[in-house]
Amino acid sequence: MLQSILFALLLIAAFGLFAWQVRKIRANVLVGRARDMGGHPAERLRKTLLVAFGQQKMFKRLTPALLHLVVYVGFLVINVEVLEIVVDGLFGTHRFLSFLGPVYSALMATNEVLAALVIVAVAAFWWRRNSHPPLKRFTGPELRLWPKLDANIILYVEVVLMAALFFMNSADIRLHQVEGKTLPGAFPVSQFLSGLLPASAGTLAVLERAGWWIHITGIFLFLNYLPSSKHFHIIMAFPNVWYSRLVPQGQFSNVESITHEVKAMMDPGYAVPAAPVGPDGAALAPTPFGARDVDDLPWTSLMSAYSCTECGRCTSVCPANLTGKLLSPRKIIMDTRDRVEEKYNSPLIFRPNVYGAEARHEPVTDLATATLLRGKVTPEELWACTTCNACVESCPVNINPLESIIEMRRFLVLEESAAPNSLNVMFSNIENNGAPWAFSPSDRFNWADDLYVKGPLPETAAV
Amino acid sequence: MLPETAPAPRQITVPVMADLAARNESPEILFWVGCAGAFDDRYKRVTRAFVRILDHVGTSYAVLGLEESCTGDPAKRAGNEFLFQMQAVQNITTLNGYGIKKIVTACPHCFNTIKNEYPALGGDYEVIHHSTYLQQLINEGKVGVTGGESFKGRRITFHDSCYLGRANNIYEAPRDVLAALDADLVEMKRSRANGLCCGAGGAQMWKEAEPGKKEINIERAEEALATLSGAAAALANLGGVETETAAPGPHDLQGSIIAVSCPFCMTMMSDGVKNKEQEGKVQVFDLAELVASAEGINA
Repeated sequence: MLQSILFALLLIAAFGLFAWQVRKIRANVLVGRARDMGGHPAERLRKTLLVAFGQQKMFKRLTPALLHLVVYVGFLVINVEVLEIVVDGLFGTHRFLSFLGPVYSALMATNEVLAALVIVAVAAFWWRRNSHPPLKRFTGPELRLWPKLDANIILYVEVVLMAALFFMNSADIRLHQVEGKTLPGAFPVSQFLSGLLPASAGTLAVLERAGWWIHITGIFLFLNYLPSSKHFHIIMAFPNVWYSRLVPQGQFSNVESITHEVKAMMDPGYAVPAAPVGPDGAALAPTPFGARDVDDLPWTSLMSAYSCTECGRCTSVCPANLTGKLLSPRKIIMDTRDRVEEKYNSPLIFRPNVYGAEARHEPVTDLATATLLRGKVTPEELWACTTCNACVESCPVNINPLESIIEMRRFLVLEESAAPNSLNVMFSNIENNGAPWAFSPSDRFNWADDLYVKGPLPETAAV
Repeated sequence: MLPETAPAPRQITVPVMADLAARNESPEILFWVGCAGAFDDRYKRVTRAFVRILDHVGTSYAVLGLEESCTGDPAKRAGNEFLFQMQAVQNITTLNGYGIKKIVTACPHCFNTIKNEYPALGGDYEVIHHSTYLQQLINEGKVGVTGGESFKGRRITFHDSCYLGRANNIYEAPRDVLAALDADLVEMKRSRANGLCCGAGGAQMWKEAEPGKKEINIERAEEALATLSGAAAALANLGGVETETAAPGPHDLQGSIIAVSCPFCMTMMSDGVKNKEQEGKVQVFDLAELVASAEGINA
C-alpha cells in the first residue's frame, strides 16, 4: 500500500513536471512568426509514416540506421513493459499482463532480446563518438561541452535502464525459483543471469524491488531530462516531419510584405493591405525583413531546433563545411535552440544548454550582441552557404537549415545593407543591366549572330 | 571538308517574341536563354547548340531577345528579396503580355525560379529544363544522336546540378540523354540526391569563397577526375587537403568528359579541371552540346 502511494506520487510528479516543461517549449516555439502549415493531411501522414515512423532517411547510411533501429524499436516495445510497471505500481499487482500467457512470454522474450541488442548498439554508438579519432561528424566546435556530455549521458542512461530491467527480471526469476514457483513469461537473457544471484529469498525480494524502482524511476528521470537534451527528438521528430515543407526544395519562401511594396511601385492604384493591428487597435510595429533573432523565424524553424538530435549528417555533407569553411548547418539549428531558451523560457531544470561565451565561435562572434544573428550565428557562416540543399536532403527528421540561413541573409541585406561588397556589385548589375554581370543589355542577343546549322530543313519549318 | 552530298550549312535567324507577336503568331515554346546563356562566352556555345537542336527538329519556338532580364535568382539566394521581386514582376509582365504558356530553359537556376517562385507573383507557366526536353526529343525519335561525332565507349561522368537535382528531383532525364550517346557512363560516388555542389550556387558565383582549406569546385573536380580515371585512393582522400595534380588511375583520362547541365557548374567544373591541368584531356560539356555533336548539326 505504502509502495502504491509512493509510486502514485512519483508518477504524478514525473508527468506533471514533464507537462510543465513541454508547455514552456511549446511557448518557445510559438514565439516564431506565423506560418500556415495546414492542409494536405494525406501527404503529411504518408511522410510521417515513412520518414518518422519508418526511419526512411536514416537508411541513407546503413550502419547507424541499423544500430538506431534497434534502439528505436527497443524503445517502442519496452514501453509496453513500462505500462505494466505503472499498473503494477499503482495497484500493487505483480506482472499484471501475465494473464496474456504465451503472448506475455513472447513480449517479455522480445523485450529481453531487444534490451540486450540496445546495450550492444549503445556500446557501438559510444565507440563512434568517443574513440580516437571519433567519427568526423561527432566533432566540431558546436559539439564540445554540453552537447558532447549530453550525448554520452543519454548512452549511459540507456545502459543503466536496460541493466535495471535485467536486474529486476533476474531477481524475480531467482526469487520464484527459491520459493519453488514458476515466474510467468520467457526471459532468454535473465534466465542465465539469475544463476549469478544469491539464494536468499529475503535478499532477492529486496533486489527485485530495487531493480524495479531503479528501472521506473530512471525512466521518469529520463523523461524529465529529455527537454534539456537533444534526446527530445524522440518526441519532436514526429510533429517536425508532419509539418515538413511540401514544396520543391528549391522553392524559397516569398516575402509578402515586399510583394505589396513592389506591386504598389509598379501600379500606383494597387491597394496595400492595412498594417496588422494589435488587440488594442493600434498598428503593430512593422516586423523586420528576414531574421535577426529567433522570434523573426517561422515557428516551424523553432520546432525544428527542438527536433535536432545533433547527428551532424547535415554538416557532414555541407560543401562549405567539407572544404573547411566556418558554416555548419547543425550549429545554426543548435544556436537557434540555445538562443530561444536564453531569450524566452528555459524549460530546463539545470539550464545545461547555456554555456555562454565558452561555447561560441571565438573570435568571430560578436559577444556584445544578444541576438541569434551575430550573437550566435556569424555573417561569415551565412555567406558561405551555396544553398545546395544537401543539408536539407540529409536530415533524417526533415529539418531545413537553409531556410534559417536565407532568413538571416535577408536581414543582413535588407535591414543592414551588409552584403559582401562583391554581392552589392552583383545587385547593381542586375538593377542596371538586367544581368548579374557588367554586360551591356544591348549585347544580350549577340549570341544569335552568325549561327549556322548543318543538315536538311526540318519538315515543319521553324516559326 | 564537308562531303559533296551534304547540304550547305543554313543560317538560323532566331525568332524573337516581339516579331512573332507583331505578326499575331505564338510559338509552342519560349526558350528562356538566361544571362549566362546570353553573355558568358562558354555558355553561349550551349545556347547555340540548343537552338541548333530546336531548329533541326523543327520546333516552333521563340526567344525574348533584348526583352529578357535576369530572373532574380542570384538576388533571392543572396537575401535581396526586393530586387528579386522587382525582376520577377518585370519578367512576369513581359511573359504574360505575350501569353506565354510553356518555357524551356538550359539553366537550372532560371528553371527553378520561374517554375517554383514566379507562381506566387502571378507567373504560371509550364517550365521545362532542357535536359527533360532533350530526353523527350530522343524518346520521340526526333533526335537520333547519330550522324555526327561518336561517343561510343568514351568515359563520361555526369555532375548533378543542385537546382535540377535536390531542388527539383530531376535526376534521370540528363542520364537518359547521356545513355542515348552509347558512352561509358561512370557515376561519381556523390551523385543524384547525394551530389556535391560545384560551389557556385546561392550567389557564390559572384563572390570569393569564405576562408577555408579548399575551394569547393576543386573538391568536385578532383572527384570527377578520379572517377573518370578510376583512381580509388584519390577518391578515398577527398575532403582533405588539395593535391597538386590529378591522381593517375587505371583509365587514361584522354577523351573523357564531365557532363553538366548548368552554366555555373560549367564554369566551376571547367576551372577545376584547369586547376588540375587536365583540360587537354578532359572536357566539360553541356548535354545540349553533346547531343548537337552526336547529331552532327554543328556548323
